[in-house]
Amino acid sequence: MGVLSGCCESGKEKALSALSVGEGGVVARIEGDGSLKRRILEMGLVPGTQLRVERKAPLNDPVSVWFRGYELSLRVDEADAVIIRPAGCAGCPGGCR
Amino acid sequence: MGFTVALAGNPNTGKTSIFNALTGSNQHVGNWPGVTVERKEGYFRASGSDVKLVDLPGTYSLGAASLDEEIAADFLLRSRPDLAVVVADASNLERSLYLAVQMLETGTPLVIALNMMDAAAEKGITIDVEKLSALLGVPVVPTVARRKEGIGDLKNTVFSELGSGSARRSSFALPYGERLSPLLEELEACIAEKPELVPGLPFRTAAVKFVEGDPGIRAAAEKAGLARNMEEIVAGKGARVEESLGYDLQTAVIERRWGFVSGVTAEAVSRDLSLKTRLSLSDRIDRVVTSRTLGLPLFFLVAWAVFRLTYMIGDPLVEILESLVEILGERAAGIMGAAGASDILASFVQDGVIGGAGSVVVFFPHIFILFAFIALLEDSGYMARGAFVMDRLMHLMGLHGKSFIPMLMGFGCNVPSIMGTRILESRRDRMITLLILPFMSCSARLPVFVLFSGVFFGDRAGTAVFSLYVLGIVVAVISAKIFGSTLFRGKSSQLVMELPPYHIPSAGMVLRHAWERGWQFLRKAGTFILLAVIGVWALASFPWGVEYGSRESLVGRIGEMLAPLFVPAGFGFWQAAVALFFGFFAKEVVVGTFGALLGGGEAGLAAALPGLFTPLSAYAFLVMTLLYVPCVAVVAAFRRETGSWKWTLFLVAYTTLVGYMGAVIVYQGGRLLGIG
Repeated sequence: MGVLSGCCESGKEKALSALSVGEGGVVARIEGDGSLKRRILEMGLVPGTQLRVERKAPLNDPVSVWFRGYELSLRVDEADAVIIRPAGCAGCPGGCR
Repeated sequence: MGFTVALAGNPNTGKTSIFNALTGSNQHVGNWPGVTVERKEGYFRASGSDVKLVDLPGTYSLGAASLDEEIAADFLLRSRPDLAVVVADASNLERSLYLAVQMLETGTPLVIALNMMDAAAEKGITIDVEKLSALLGVPVVPTVARRKEGIGDLKNTVFSELGSGSARRSSFALPYGERLSPLLEELEACIAEKPELVPGLPFRTAAVKFVEGDPGIRAAAEKAGLARNMEEIVAGKGARVEESLGYDLQTAVIERRWGFVSGVTAEAVSRDLSLKTRLSLSDRIDRVVTSRTLGLPLFFLVAWAVFRLTYMIGDPLVEILESLVEILGERAAGIMGAAGASDILASFVQDGVIGGAGSVVVFFPHIFILFAFIALLEDSGYMARGAFVMDRLMHLMGLHGKSFIPMLMGFGCNVPSIMGTRILESRRDRMITLLILPFMSCSARLPVFVLFSGVFFGDRAGTAVFSLYVLGIVVAVISAKIFGSTLFRGKSSQLVMELPPYHIPSAGMVLRHAWERGWQFLRKAGTFILLAVIGVWALASFPWGVEYGSRESLVGRIGEMLAPLFVPAGFGFWQAAVALFFGFFAKEVVVGTFGALLGGGEAGLAAALPGLFTPLSAYAFLVMTLLYVPCVAVVAAFRRETGSWKWTLFLVAYTTLVGYMGAVIVYQGGRLLGIG
């Protein structure tokens, strides 16, 4: 695990909303609680899910994300709750803290 | 002996096509008890038994995060159907299976209809049907519902499953992994002490749902006196699990479920990689349709075209219907007169019953055409793109991107647009949109604006009319903001919306959808409108013998009583009150009422109106006409869509108050500024 945690330290987590079009990543966790979090999780954005930002709406909000073979759009403030692992950390158990 | 089978599936998986293919025209549309989500039921027959097929709302999960999901979950638990058919999208199997797995966990026997096999083949996706069936332990039937392929197989499979004993519940247990299992087992043991916790739900699933934070299970545990015990287990063991995983238990449970689904998908699905890299057609369309430069203009163009075409095609049809109703009324009155019926009866039939029925059917063409377009947009996949590009703008008002279409339609007629709010899934978005829609100035208000502006504002008539449209929008936006932060505070609006691949809509589905909506309006809102029109007729005709709607009639007397109320708004005379009263019937009737009351018909109005109004009070009157209670058909449609008299009364009171205040502010403000 040492090597992996090392790689984790090298990058920083960021929110899905901070990714640009075409950029990919792996979900670390979903923040917040309540029905929004549950909905995001049940749509398949769970820890370990690989995704790619497919497009952004003309006014940069919402964003559209490709994962599990389909496309889902989220408002920017909804995408704020989706935390992405830095690249190369796909194997970190429990994501980077 | 009859069986009940539930039909479930994600949106955009062809669930409706499957429903139609199974039941044919043997359908019945109603509502789920207490809510206005549509409930469709149908019947089919084979091997000598009847099957009632209940169409559950299209959902992605049973997580009770939305009203639709709650209904679906509740039906499976409480009504315990003998079997459920889950429609899965073969071209997007993984996501479809999540719902199927959740349903398996509730113990419901399942049959999976693997639909859209053709689309999957196009994408280079091959599914090992037998393997999938073995992995999940349920029958899987490939179908292409749009071409009615596999429907016979599906029916036979359903029957043989039902025949093999309807009491057979699924004993599926999802592997939640070594970290979660000990916790779940402990909770299970706890639940087993009170087996009545949730009747029919496997203990294991109850434990899982508790960990997931399902409010229903939590409440049930509370009631059974188990909640404290279970909380303690979760707090103790659960905290350690959370620590080792790095995220919370809810996430852990849902992650494991997805993990299982991914595993099954990986084993059963193989992809032709040569097709994978090719940019799909959907993608290429989206590059244009959602692009920074063209996205919004294209959407406005589409919305405008829907608006124009609906009224362009609908208006002549409405005119034909109107003249038919008029002829029918005259004929009926003539026949009754000749047969020696009293005047009162003849008038009742002509103006009350036939006139009332006429004011219902005239809405049919617009509703039919609008819903044909809505079905076209939804079915093709464009509606989601429209919501995607518009959401930022609409969200400024606290609304959903999809709210734009009904709001735009409101400028033509509020009635179809009220019905059009069905495209909104969340109750909050829908209620707010419904409440502000009547401020969109419909075409029936235009004749009133044009008449008064022509008489009072001369060259600036156009500006005056335009300003009223803008005022309506401003009031709508302000109202949306107010409702969002008061009545619906805390209920946040969510997008989290799929952008489904584009596909060619089927004409049959589109027409069927349009017909269903139009018919529903006639049936459900029609009675209410008819009764209201008869009520207005009675008020204007009694005491019998007075001139229809004159000062001596009931409505005239009410008008006189109400007139002092309108003094602060500048039109405190009975004719205005009576005209507004008749405006409830249909707003354009305000013009005709003045014509009749002031004598000389509509042509003489230009000379007569300045005797009553100043330009300032005329404008105040127009503001009132714009904003006060929408016509009876809108109120009826609103009642039908909300299913609530309370909200309907609120709408009537709110709009009337806003209209009255608007008129007073304009008149008093104008006087302060020295106008008029």
